[in-house]
Amino acid sequence: MSAAKNMNISLQIWRQKNSKEKGKMETYKLNDVSTASSFLEMLDQLNEQLVNERKEPIAFDHDCREGICGMCSLYINGRAHGPDTGITTCQLHMRMFNDGDTIVIEPWRSAAFPVIKDLIVDRTSFDRIQQAGGFVSVNTSGNTIDANATPINKQDADKAFEAAACIGCGACVATCKNGSAMLFVGAKVSQYALLPQGRIEATDRVLNMVRQMDEEGFGNCTNTGACEVECPKGISLENIARMNREYLSASLK
Amino acid sequence: MAKSTLLKSSIAKKVAMALSGIFLISFLALHFFINMVSVFSADAFNEMSHFMGYNPLIQFVMQPILVAGVVFHFIMGFVLELKNKSARPIAYVKFDGGANSTWASRNMIISGLVVLAFLGLHFYDFWVHEMVYKYVEGNAIEETRYYGELVAKFESPVRTGLYSVAFILLALHLWHGFTSSLQSIGFDNKIGKSLHTICYSFAVIVPAGFVFIAIFHHLINN
Ligand code: SF4
Ligand code: FES
Repeated sequence: MSAAKNMNISLQIWRQKNSKEKGKMETYKLNDVSTASSFLEMLDQLNEQLVNERKEPIAFDHDCREGICGMCSLYINGRAHGPDTGITTCQLHMRMFNDGDTIVIEPWRSAAFPVIKDLIVDRTSFDRIQQAGGFVSVNTSGNTIDANATPINKQDADKAFEAAACIGCGACVATCKNGSAMLFVGAKVSQYALLPQGRIEATDRVLNMVRQMDEEGFGNCTNTGACEVECPKGISLENIARMNREYLSASLK
Repeated sequence: MAKSTLLKSSIAKKVAMALSGIFLISFLALHFFINMVSVFSADAFNEMSHFMGYNPLIQFVMQPILVAGVVFHFIMGFVLELKNKSARPIAYVKFDGGANSTWASRNMIISGLVVLAFLGLHFYDFWVHEMVYKYVEGNAIEETRYYGELVAKFESPVRTGLYSVAFILLALHLWHGFTSSLQSIGFDNKIGKSLHTICYSFAVIVPAGFVFIAIFHHLINN
């Protein structure tokens, strides 16, 4: 592995005081960025510089910084989570960039994800979709059936598990030219639709989740497949097809 | 579930778009077959065209359905495009669509509009002409006129060129549209995936065939 080097970069970042005010792109210079640092560490470094200059630091979302919580967002150089696939922004490293680069950083852009401040967007529309049906009702009165007591074929279990890997980051919406949330909703519908425990409420689930998705103002999927490429968890388009089937059969019931 | 909610839903619109697209594809396949016949036999082409032009089932049932299909597909495509534009009121300063999707998939509205413009010309050329010939001028049935009419249309190099460009755009439209329609109707299992090769081949071979027919008549018969 080559040794870490330092580089000087230029950043164009969306600044917006709050949800009401209009924002704009601002340019910053940042020197001595280590190629070994992560993208978020680079932003930390920039914020330190801004604080030292008595300027307002840049607000951006992050939490686990290890690719599992889905909080970090950022549209970097025209791509969700930046120039790599299968990763979140916290897993992006500065070695992907070169000395002298200009890096453009924007928030997720979607009518259903309004900007709260700078690069932070409000993703509670996803929560409302989940609340509309993304759950199973389990009797906890003492007669709970052990999940392992219900036989499930391996293929379905695997596919449900893959769908359940979705971390609700919203990269699918951000990258979709239509701002569609169908990969997210497809994953959430599929993770239950494939399991016997989820079948009981399957009809209402898909109808309610799709209705909520439409009400939130997400766009309509045209199968460009961009979401699948940018999804950090490799959620497949198959899940959208499954949701379509589930929805059609639920509607005709 | 109330029908009105179903029809308003994003998935229903998507499925409607897919089904109307598949219907138009089936018509295109038929049209392609008939046109291809013109390369091999003027007589057979005349016979088929005459059948299409005078069979009451085709004239008064199939033709209106076809027109309705085109109009529906177009209007729905436009409605969806507008809705999707409004889902992102603030555009990205930098958007690298090519990094994760094909040009054809992102620009269905452009390829669609070019094909629509071509269809307008095509309807004017053949359909309006046909209606005037049959119902306005009230000409007698002339079973052998079709081949000559076809050849005459490809006399001009400009027309033949425009015709070819429209079909290139149609190829792009089909390249994404055909497999996309299968995905929309939920066809994403093993059978669906193995159909993809057929879809992509169709998207290339059929438009290329139409262009070949145009150039053939332009060069050989004019
Ligand atoms: S489907 Fe993928 S991109 Fe979309 S929210 Fe889930 S993890 Fe993120
Ligand atoms: S900060 Fe948790 S996934 Fe990036």
